[in-house]
Amino acid sequence: MNDPVVPNPWTALRQFTDARIALGRVGASLPTREVLQFDLAHAHARDAVHSALDVTALTATLRLEGWLTCSVESRAPDRARYLLRPDLGRRLHPDSLTRRSCEAAAVDIAFVIADGLSAVAALRHGVPLLAQIRALLSPDWRLAPITIATLARVALGDEIGARLRSRLVVMLIGERPGLSAPDSLGAYLTYEPRLGRTDAERNCVSNIRPAGLSYQFAAQKIVWLIAQALKRQLTGIDLKDESDLTLLPG
Amino acid sequence: MSYRHTIAHQVYRFPDLKTVLAKASPARSGDYLAGIGAVSAVERIAARLCLADLPLRELVESPVIPYDEDEVTRLICDRHPAALFSEIAHLTVGDFRNWLLSEVTDEVTLTRLAPAITPEIAAAVSKLMRNQDLIQVSRKCRVITRFRNTLGLPGRLSVRLQPNHPTDDPKGIAAAIVDGLFYGAGDAVIGVNPASDSLSVLKELWRMLDDVIQRFEIPTQSCVLTHVTSQIRAIESGVPLDLVFQSIAGTEAANRSFGVSLALLAEAREAALSLRRGTLGNNVMYFETGQGSALSAEANHGVDQQTCEARAYAVAREFEPLLVNTVVGFIGPEYLYDGKQIIRAGLEDHFCGKLMGVPLGCDVCYTNHAEADQDDMDNLLTLLAAAGVTYIMGVPGADDIMLSYQSTSFHDALYLRSTFGLRHAPEFEAWLVRMHLIDGAGMLQPVTGRNPLLRALTDMTRAVGFHA
Repeated sequence: MNDPVVPNPWTALRQFTDARIALGRVGASLPTREVLQFDLAHAHARDAVHSALDVTALTATLRLEGWLTCSVESRAPDRARYLLRPDLGRRLHPDSLTRRSCEAAAVDIAFVIADGLSAVAALRHGVPLLAQIRALLSPDWRLAPITIATLARVALGDEIGARLRSRLVVMLIGERPGLSAPDSLGAYLTYEPRLGRTDAERNCVSNIRPAGLSYQFAAQKIVWLIAQALKRQLTGIDLKDESDLTLLPG
Repeated sequence: MSYRHTIAHQVYRFPDLKTVLAKASPARSGDYLAGIGAVSAVERIAARLCLADLPLRELVESPVIPYDEDEVTRLICDRHPAALFSEIAHLTVGDFRNWLLSEVTDEVTLTRLAPAITPEIAAAVSKLMRNQDLIQVSRKCRVITRFRNTLGLPGRLSVRLQPNHPTDDPKGIAAAIVDGLFYGAGDAVIGVNPASDSLSVLKELWRMLDDVIQRFEIPTQSCVLTHVTSQIRAIESGVPLDLVFQSIAGTEAANRSFGVSLALLAEAREAALSLRRGTLGNNVMYFETGQGSALSAEANHGVDQQTCEARAYAVAREFEPLLVNTVVGFIGPEYLYDGKQIIRAGLEDHFCGKLMGVPLGCDVCYTNHAEADQDDMDNLLTLLAAAGVTYIMGVPGADDIMLSYQSTSFHDALYLRSTFGLRHAPEFEAWLVRMHLIDGAGMLQPVTGRNPLLRALTDMTRAVGFHA
């Protein structure tokens, strides 16, 4: 029996893109192998969306690295409601507001590690990224304890930052998983965080993962933005990320 | 005025028309997020019964967003052809559904009356229609547009080749274009969503797309889906730009959140027309829409997301676009929760667009946090083909590595062509035959590595790049 799979003689072009090109076909359809590869990638993404952040493990790892930590939850009661009601994920649960461990003197920067849409990303990349960031921080900057936030959206950082009396909040949050990466981390910086900040008032560094934007480059971008934000007293559309101009080798 | 309907001695009251429309909508997460969905199954049907008895005239005379507050409302009212509308003004919404489905209402009648159909009329009647009704009536509508080929002819299906790359690498984009062309995709447009908004990066993309189309004499058009202001600047600096793209929505405030207005869209269209790059026609605009965008911008005015979406087609209609597509499942589960809601929304959007005379295609798609999978997309794809959708997206393996969502693949289009006997746009079909990529019956032909077009395109892919 002849192989019914019609191959595509342009597989060499795969060197230029990770897109699913030259998959071949059976009749009008994808070959079995490609269908299952796609389904596997989707399964990874689905599991990433629905997995919960292991706060105990993350806290232990952070403390081993010498960080102080505290943890907060949003008002979303569970993962399903979290997906349906983004507004709940943007507000702190009333119980979280009274946690004494989150109270501190006024600081310059509050880092938050949040599950967002990929707890896997937060768990895998939060701590190693913070290690790279720490190496670049100015000793003059006062830091809040690292906040671990669950069932969180980006804007939850506004209330956390305000609560911590921080000049700047840096939200390290799991991004919506794609098929090529279920574990991309995003960093959102907001100057003078408080309820009601808009996305236009934030800066974002996206696709942080070893196979995407490396920890080292991401840390350089984030710290460049931190320094600019504290100096110019703003984040958002008026603060263009020009870190490449100063960071590129040579 | 208030609206009411009585069921078994219980009176269901609705304070205004937009509440009737919202509560009559099939259930979807976005309307609940907005706090305007029906609170019970019976209330939903009470709203539909109430809506069915309203005369179409009422929908025209009571704008869901006040005339003074919203330029989209003003556009809808000011452009409404009263004399034409008088032919159907006496019908109730329920009668209008019957009339649409009747065998005496044909393509010619629907085409003639399309300008009299306001978005609120289209949205209202869709709420009384089952999926099969939406499919049957959409099938009867015919919207034909032209730039370098002819889109929307009966028995045809076109595909937007969407060769996105996460860093806009021209080689990566070119490689995906080669893949798509050899699968027979690209007659609707070759359209790239750039990751960057840097004008120098975008110019490189426009030049590369133009080069591919000109060198290989492909009867199609290109588009780089960036903000309209960047495209106007590009036109002013002499970039070879075919179609002007913009995301649009159904309220003035939502459009403002996109950084556009009707005046800006008109300016962009004039700029594109000034280039005179269309060979067969002057449909130079490409719009994208999607349910939930107005609410997402907190600009929905308490109007349900499907009615807001239909209002976006009134915006599109004003600018005689070549292509409009609803990116139906991109926005996420807080607006369209699962496969059922995405499928329903896709059919509604296609129906409303076609009824209003807009060349609607659909980005049949979903994100990984929605309760949907490939089977749901197969269902919507198949239903839309039955409904006569103008075009769908073609993404390598259905996996968009730049936008991180799942759309439809080149293979999906092959499936529809073989199942429904759908052909390419005629000019593009002739090119594919000339290149020996399909036979006279439209069947994809095997290709060897010695194929001259493949060799030329491969060489071009290796040569392109910012520093080539």
